[in-house]
Amino acid sequence: MRHALLIAARDLRERARDRTAYVLALVLPLGLAGIFTLILGNVGGDSQLFRYAVVDSDRGAVARTFTEEVLRGAASSGAIEIRAAASEQEARSWVDKGEATAAFLLPVGLTEDVLAGRAARIEVVGDVDAPTGTQVARSLAQSYTDRLTAVRQAVAATVHSGLTTSPAELAAEAAAALPRVSVAEDTTLSRQLDAKTQYAAGMAVFFLFFAVQLGVTGLLEERRLGTMARLLAAPVRRSSILLGKLLTSVAIGVLSMTVLIVASSLLMGARWGSPAGVALLVLSGVLAATGAMAVVAALAKTAEQAGGWQAVTAIVLGSLGGAFFPVSQAGGLLEKLSLLAPHRWFLRGLADLAGGDVAAVLPSVAAMTAFAAVTCTAALLLFRKVVPS
Amino acid sequence: MTVLSCSGLRRRFGDVLAVDDVSFTITEGETYGLLGPNGAGKTTTISMITGVLSPDAGEVLVAGEPMSIHAIAAKRLVGYVPQELALYPDLTGRENLRFFASLYGAPKSRVDHVLDVVGLADRAGDLAREYSGGMKRRLNVAIGLLHEPRLLVLDEPTAGVDPQSRNQIMDNVRALAADGMAILYTTHYMEEAERLCDRVGVIDSGRLIAEGTRRELVERLGERDRISLLLDGDVTHAAAVLGSIRNVHGVAAHGQGLELVVDDARETLPQVLSAISADGVVVRSAEVTEPNLETVFLHLTGKALRE
Ligand SMILES: Nc1ncnc2c1ncn2[C@@H]1O[C@H](COP(=O)(O)OP(=O)(O)O)[C@@H](O)[C@H]1O
Ligand SMILES: [Mg+2]
Repeated sequence: MRHALLIAARDLRERARDRTAYVLALVLPLGLAGIFTLILGNVGGDSQLFRYAVVDSDRGAVARTFTEEVLRGAASSGAIEIRAAASEQEARSWVDKGEATAAFLLPVGLTEDVLAGRAARIEVVGDVDAPTGTQVARSLAQSYTDRLTAVRQAVAATVHSGLTTSPAELAAEAAAALPRVSVAEDTTLSRQLDAKTQYAAGMAVFFLFFAVQLGVTGLLEERRLGTMARLLAAPVRRSSILLGKLLTSVAIGVLSMTVLIVASSLLMGARWGSPAGVALLVLSGVLAATGAMAVVAALAKTAEQAGGWQAVTAIVLGSLGGAFFPVSQAGGLLEKLSLLAPHRWFLRGLADLAGGDVAAVLPSVAAMTAFAAVTCTAALLLFRKVVPS
Repeated sequence: MTVLSCSGLRRRFGDVLAVDDVSFTITEGETYGLLGPNGAGKTTTISMITGVLSPDAGEVLVAGEPMSIHAIAAKRLVGYVPQELALYPDLTGRENLRFFASLYGAPKSRVDHVLDVVGLADRAGDLAREYSGGMKRRLNVAIGLLHEPRLLVLDEPTAGVDPQSRNQIMDNVRALAADGMAILYTTHYMEEAERLCDRVGVIDSGRLIAEGTRRELVERLGERDRISLLLDGDVTHAAAVLGSIRNVHGVAAHGQGLELVVDDARETLPQVLSAISADGVVVRSAEVTEPNLETVFLHLTGKALRE
């Protein structure tokens, strides 16, 4: 093990001087994730960017429930930001200037209408450039008014049955009856990563495969340099040489992922989730990537050949695994195949983590660990044949 | 004391029998040259001695320790300088040495020591890729010396280097042998084998076809050293005087010239010259002809060492 560490330490020292290592492991993933966020983020809908204006012209219990329960609930989950506007005019100007994605206009007499059993409407004014944000706003408003309708019918029934309940009590009842509708409770929304995190994670895991390649391909590099003969003649177990290369890959992978996670959080506002869960996903993901690239390296004759094959493998697995676009929604054969790609599990694990606790990542971690175990074993067996004896 | 003993080494690559029944030994302080043309099987032999390759048959013992690809103990005793430069170009000379020192568990102080030995101390901080060919060769040798091995194996360590680096390397080898290291040196440069090696094994097509000191090999072929002289004075008398010197075995005169067959031309020449001048004869020119390993090789195989 000491020898494996020495070999890995030397590799890392050499890689630290290699500009392509930084480009592959840091610059490209971060740059592309940033570009994707800029280009696609506004179109594709970045819920974290959603800033909603609220104009409360009603000033009654129903409006208050909407702003304080529904919208604040969604805001506290981090999905949206809420700003109160003084007037409809001000709210519209925010939307026009792009300072707000959409505005909720809570009309005068909203509470009265509901209490009187009349149909209530919340108007949503949206930014045409942010259709998704507007859509999310509409669905928030819609789900609230749907529930109001239910309450209204209940109110109508009680009025008919002649019970004497004060309108104020009814209003309170209505407010309490309203579930804390929030983005966080909507399963389809919560199990999806916000766009920035999706791009950052997609690019990070995609380039992870290129980054770890720098370690395992080192075995072929040693052969080209002639240093392999020296390592074989040294009082070092052969397995330590292989292990050293795997360790190099793991170290580069963990290092680059850590930097990418920190950088994308700080620079792009990506939200990866609980560190413990992310750490588990990163470690198992790095192992899986290392295994995949080691198998390819073991099959290749030269470092150049390995590099080419590894790029193809990384791109195929990455596309299949949804590093660029979500394949899990594609359905059919593609969806089934995507289960073979560690990328898919990595992204899925992050999404599960966003919607649940640390334990939610375990299925993904298990899948990637199994992938790593199979590929690393295959690589070790293949390498044994490659090393002269 | 015997440091290296190989017996019956054999290794095949597909149809090629690269090494065929090779046996030899090297003792402490001895420099043994493995001389043969490209493809003769030198590197394959060395790979089996250093535990890089497994022999198909035969055995290698290093200071009594059996060598194999898994033999950690035996590998500690061997320093290896591969034929192909085996360096990390993106590490400095010192970093290259530090890495291998750590693998062999050699103390850090050895790094500076070997840098001095091969004359690279002032360039130790430069990346190996920036070294000249000769400097790379010297660093290649230095790595093999780090752990003060009992046996140093050098596979064509001077291939394609400038004369200065070549001399430095050869001086290093001599000094190490003088300190008691056993040295196995392969080359296809006949001059190197002659200058450096106490004994030479001639290898061709995987077989060790002759072995011994240069003199032994040469004499086995019936070849002798010769000294040719051109004189001013009494040639006949000079011939008689010279014929009485112990190492001189034959004298033939033609005109003002004398042709002597001697035991060891370099050792005998001073005696010859002083005997002649004492006799009042002036030597206008003297030429020494030593049958060399090139001749031996040509005799044994019918082909030249370097095509
Ligand atoms: N790894 C190998 N695979 C196949 N043939 C080899 C291999 N190594 C050496 N040979 C063959 O074995 C013979 C001896 O090679 P080698 O030991 O390198 O000779 P030398 O070092 O004397 O030049 C040559 O014919 C060479 O082509
Ligand atoms: Mg060779």
